[in-house]
Order: sequence, then C-alpha cells, then structure tokens
Amino acid sequence: MQVNNEFKPKIVAFCCNWCSYAGADLAGTNRANYPADVKIIRVPCSCRVNPIFILRAFQRGADGVILCGCHPGDCHYTTGNYYARRRMTMLFSMLNYLGIEKERTRVEWVSAAEGAKFAETMNEFTETILKLGENKRLEDLRCKKEW
Amino acid sequence: MRRIGVFVCHCGTNIASTVDVKAVAETLGKEPAVVFATDYPYMCSEAGQNIIKEAIKEHKLEGVVVCSCSPRMHEATFRKAVASAGLNPYMLEVANIREQCSWIHKDKEEGTAKAIVLGRAAIAKVQLNAPLTAGESPVVKRALVIGGGIAGIQTALDIAEAGYPVDIVEKEPTIGGKMTQIDKTFPTLDCSSCILTPKMVECSQNENITIYSYSEVEAVTGFVGNFSVKIRRKKRYVDETKCTGCGICTEKCPVKNVPSAYDLGLKNHRAIYIPFAQAIPNVAVIDADYCNKLTKGKCGICSKFCSAGAINYEQEDQIVEEKYGAIIAATGYNPISLDGYDEYAYSQSKDVVTSLEFERILKADGPTEGHLERLSDGKQPKTIVFVQCVGSRQSADAAHGGCGKEYCSKICCMYTAKHAMYCREKYPDTDVYVFYIDVRTPGKNYDEFYRRAVEQYGVHYIKGMVGKVAPQADGSLMVQASDLLSNEQLHIKADMVVLAAAIEPNKSARPLATMLTASMDTNDFFTEAHAKLRPVESPTAGVFLSGVCQGPKDIPETVSQASAAAAKALGLLAKDKLSCNPCVAHSDEMMCNGCSSCANVCPYGAITYSDKEFRGPNRTTLIRRVASVNAAVCQGCGACTVACPSGAMDLKGFSTSQIMAEVDAICK
Repeated sequence: MQVNNEFKPKIVAFCCNWCSYAGADLAGTNRANYPADVKIIRVPCSCRVNPIFILRAFQRGADGVILCGCHPGDCHYTTGNYYARRRMTMLFSMLNYLGIEKERTRVEWVSAAEGAKFAETMNEFTETILKLGENKRLEDLRCKKEW
Repeated sequence: MRRIGVFVCHCGTNIASTVDVKAVAETLGKEPAVVFATDYPYMCSEAGQNIIKEAIKEHKLEGVVVCSCSPRMHEATFRKAVASAGLNPYMLEVANIREQCSWIHKDKEEGTAKAIVLGRAAIAKVQLNAPLTAGESPVVKRALVIGGGIAGIQTALDIAEAGYPVDIVEKEPTIGGKMTQIDKTFPTLDCSSCILTPKMVECSQNENITIYSYSEVEAVTGFVGNFSVKIRRKKRYVDETKCTGCGICTEKCPVKNVPSAYDLGLKNHRAIYIPFAQAIPNVAVIDADYCNKLTKGKCGICSKFCSAGAINYEQEDQIVEEKYGAIIAATGYNPISLDGYDEYAYSQSKDVVTSLEFERILKADGPTEGHLERLSDGKQPKTIVFVQCVGSRQSADAAHGGCGKEYCSKICCMYTAKHAMYCREKYPDTDVYVFYIDVRTPGKNYDEFYRRAVEQYGVHYIKGMVGKVAPQADGSLMVQASDLLSNEQLHIKADMVVLAAAIEPNKSARPLATMLTASMDTNDFFTEAHAKLRPVESPTAGVFLSGVCQGPKDIPETVSQASAAAAKALGLLAKDKLSCNPCVAHSDEMMCNGCSSCANVCPYGAITYSDKEFRGPNRTTLIRRVASVNAAVCQGCGACTVACPSGAMDLKGFSTSQIMAEVDAICK
C-alpha cells in the first residue's frame, strides 16, 4: 500500500514566452527528462506574474512554485525580469516570515537556448519539494473537494 | 458556461506513443463545458483543421482547445482555422502536450495524466478568453543593416534593388569585413577582392543605400515596423564629404608605427590612413592614439598637404537618428584569442601564425606582398605544419583559459585545404602537413577540393593532434604530435606553423542583442526564430539575421543567408500596415485612481493620463485622473498589471482571472 501513499508534489512553473517557455520547448525537443509533476503556465513576461498568483497556487494546494524568465539584461521587454526579481524577493521574504519554507519558491533565469538547464532546474526543484514534503501551511482546505 | 470543443493531436506517434490520446479526449470530453472532444493523427494538417472548422459549426462551439505541440509552433495555424470557421481567433487555447509532456516523460500513465491536467488548464482559460481584434500600425519603409561585411553588403544590395532605402552601419572605417583580408576563396580559388570590391562599389553607388562607416548603433527603441535607432558616427577627424581619397596625407604623415588592423598588426601604416586601396568609402581616418597633433598638439602636416581641406582636428562624434521598419544583424565574427594556447608557441614565435594571418601573407597587399615568407627572417619555409581545430570542438573548460569553443567552426577544413594546396602549387618543394581530428567537407565541390589537395598535390593529412610546438635555437619549430592511425609519436621540424583558430561571434554582437532584445545562445550567436523553418529571423519581430552572427558559415552560405534575410525583410517592408498584437494592457477607468504606478514601470511609455468626468452621488460630477493605454505602443509585457494597486490594469489574453483559472485547474 506504500506505493499509493507516495507523495506526488504539485509544482507550478510560470515561464515567460520568449526565453523560458522556449527553453522548456527545447528541453522537449532534446528529449530531456524531468518529473511530470511540473506543469507550465505560459505568461508573456516574468513581470506578468503577480505575487497573488503564487499565493493562489499555494492556497490551492501547490507544493512548489517556480518562476522562470529571461536572463537579466536579455528581457524581451527590456526590464520585465528586473521587476519580477524585485517583486519575488519581497514575496519570498514575506513567505519566509509566514513560515513557508523559502525553498518552495524559486526564481530561475532560463534562456531559449538552455533546454538542458530547464530540465536540470526542474529536476532539482522537484527533488527539493519532495524533501520538503506536502505544503500544508498555506493550503486552504476549503479548496479541497473532500471538505 | 461556454461551449468548448477539445481536439487532441497524435502528432503521428510523437504524442501518441507516450500519451494515451484517446483517453485524454475521452476524459476531457466529460468536463462540464466540453460539448465535443476528439482526437486525430495530425491536427495541423488540412484534414485536421477541417475537423475543427466543422465542429465549430456543427456544435456551435464558443471556445476551442487544441492539445498538440507548442503554441510557439502552431498557435497561428489553429487561430487561422478557427477564424475561418467564423469564431474569433483568440477564442483558442493550445495545450502543449508534445514539447512539455510527451517528449519529456517516458511513462505513458504519467504522460496521459499530465496531458489531461494541461488540457483542463486550457479549458479553464478559454472559458475566460475574450474575443480580440488586432489593431494596425504603419511600417516605415526603410531597413537598417548592422555590419558591412559580405553578409551586410549582400542583404543591403538585395533590399536596395527591390526599391527600398537601406542604411549600412559599419564600425570600421570601411565596409567589406573579413572577406577583404582573404586572398582566395574555396572551392573555386577565385580572388576574394575581385569578387567583393565590385559589390562594395555597387553599395556606394546605389542611391538607395546609405553607408555609415566608422559608426556604431547606440540605442534602439520601438518595435517591428517602427524602430527608432540612434547611430553614433565616430569622429574620424576627416570630413567625409570633402576627402577625395587621394592618399597624400597617408604618405606625408610622420608617424609610421601604427599597427594596421587590416593586416592584423603584421604591417604598419601612418597615423592618418585609408585601411586599404579599395576601401569604401575611400576616405582617410586619423588614429587619435598615435596622431602627433591630437596627442601632443604639434604637427598638422596632413592638414597642410590636404588640398581639399578635409582635415578637421576639432571634429566631434555625431548622432544620427533614423526610423526603420526592419533591422538586419550582420555582425560577423572574429578568430578567438590564442592567449590560452601557449603549447603552440603563438606568442613566442613570429612563425607561428593564425590562418587569417597566413591569408595576409599570401595576399599581394599583405606584409610580404604575397610571397610565402617567414615573418621572422623572410626565408621561404620548406616545411609547413597546419593545425586544425585550435579552439574548436573543445570543451569550454578552464584548460585553455576558457577560450575553447564546443562547436565546429565549419570553415577551417576548407581554407586549410586551400592553403595547403596553394603552398604545394606555388612552391612544390615545400612539405605540407595537416593535423586534423576529422576532415569535414560537406558542400558542393568541397570534398572533391579536399581530395585534390591530398591526391593531386600530395599534402600529408595526418589524423591526430599537435601536443606542442617548441621554437628551436636555429629558428625552426619542433612540432610534437601523435598520429592516431599508426599510433606513433611524430616529431616534425617545421619552418612555419599555421593555427586554424576557432571563430567566435563579434564582441559587439552581445550589447547589440540586448538593444534589439533579440535572444542569443550560450556562444553569443543570435538565436533564430525556428532552427529549421525560420532560420533567418530572430524571435524578436522585425529583426533578421544575416551571416555568421547566427552561426559559423562560409562565404557561399553567408551570401545565401544574406539574401534570404533580405527577402524576409522585404516581405515586411512591402506591407503598408502590420496587424498589432491584440494582447495588450487595458485599464478599467472605474477602478483606476490615477496613481501612475503603471506608467512608472511601462518600458514603452504606452500609458498616458487624462482627467475624465464621472458621475458622482447626488447628480454631482467628479473629475478623476485615469490611465489609458495606447494599444499601438503597448507590447503586452504585463508589468503594469502587477504594479497596479487597485487592480484596474489587466492584460488581454493573459488576464489575471485567466491565469488564476489555469493555476486552479493545475492545482486541483
């Protein structure tokens, strides 16, 4: 029965359309491998990601949320990833204050050419989340069907 | 709730092998809003698209979800299909179940489960999609080519011939690039200058072409069809409009020790110089670091001898501002620095040269006037060793100071065959050795050319690497190498060693890519929009790629790609209007409090404020400052949507509620 109780984390990855989403596509084209627990949401730019989206994901039961954007200086919109970086720094320190392990969140720069890095990042991140276990602190139990 | 149709693609076996497509269609078909769900081997084919079109009509679909490859691949295809069935093209979402699912996961059960979740997220999003119409923006009918080598020249000529004005920005004092330095070109062995200089002259005479030589791009703003570019015209201390290129100044200048960039420092010129005889524009330039007048304030000889009065020691940099519809990057390459390759004694001996330096030695206007001579003592070398892959096909580790490149530089095998052949033909008593890892000669008449070097000219090709080049007391060079096929250690006493240095993108390409917001790969080559299907376009709309800035290539390939880039740019310039991206920000005036947070983060200045009248309580009128977005200027990044404290700003196509719906669906 142990197999059924195996922890399958829910991981949301926000990827900017120009670099990281293309990097994720390249990971696929190169037949790289990363866990199916990672689900990608496409956004035009990392600066489109409102901290509320990340809170929402945690509230709905996500165990980890990762934000991927273009490398600093390479943003398709020139400055978007700088805004994202600052916003996430703020959000992560707040989450930390609330007692959410800061390892559950992460910002990573992945360019359109870095398919291997994308897969590697996702493998690492999933590994970290598996170690941390389920996110219970922020999950809103009312969102669960059984409630 | 909208009536949604779900279409699951097999992509042959690409998706179907690791995702149970039938199960995905069946499961998604049971979602509350879904009224129709099916699967098909190739959704992007005409038959597949027809299934979507018919289903839209038959089932009165209000939203379409296609589970297939990446939206970067076929979103546009499916949008067109949806539109032709009478539905708004933006009522479509693509769930990426190929690149981000079937190609990643090996386990069919896992893959199927993930595909279902991705499909659900797309269904949740499309429920909230709004019909969008694209606006239009005008196209400036002028192109900018950055880089004036053979790539830039060919692109500019093709665009100019089609009747559109085009500007070339070249950072050196003359156009022509690397090809001007080369003696002969493979595989036909025709003279490089003889085929290039007529094209350079054509550029200068074509009335549609403006050449900004000795200039650099300083800033780029705007977007496809409407770029604004600042070009810095560096001071050359010579008035370009007055100088006749007579060259008297370059003979009279007393400073004779300026290393010539054209001759890679193997020859000197004066402080005022014309790079080479066929330079375009044929205008002198003063090297400010060496000129006596500019460094010490005394001299002025060139100005005394200039009958045209073109010398101007007070000249300043000029900034030119121009608008362009399309920009073509043609920034080219440079051989890598060999500082990290001490084992080849490049810095210790004058007789160890790079292939480009060897090319200068062979060329009639080079340091030896075209005679094959050692640079150290002027003697004719009797034994020459060529070393291939110096810095190419290596791991970019610290062993060579991080200079090594992982890629194949592509041109070295062929030009070395050319050099070796030349040595044997002109000086049949010379022994020529070529050390190689592999000889790579794909291309029309290329392998025949290489075989001629081996069979007809008796060049010794040895598979193996050179370990060390040791300069000897008698001036010769002891080459220690291994022959991999006979498994022997070789010691060759050579008179000259030629290193085929790897090529790397020009250093100016990286800052340019940042200005253009065009992406680059880890080697600093520009990335193309699609490796196979859109090889001459950057993913950034309106930016095209020409020549080696996209990847190593030889002259024939560069010219073909340059013409392809021109054709793509012309396709853009020929349009009067472009349809804009309708996924732009918009502000809800009822919620906006005019705080300016959004305008502060907008990189395009697309947000303006105006005072508007609103109805207040008790028949009063309130005047409030509210934001509005200029849809033609907004590029849809969404920075403002997050900055807005009142939630008035939202992004069409990626609205807050849409993304939240996706989050919910994924976390369910």
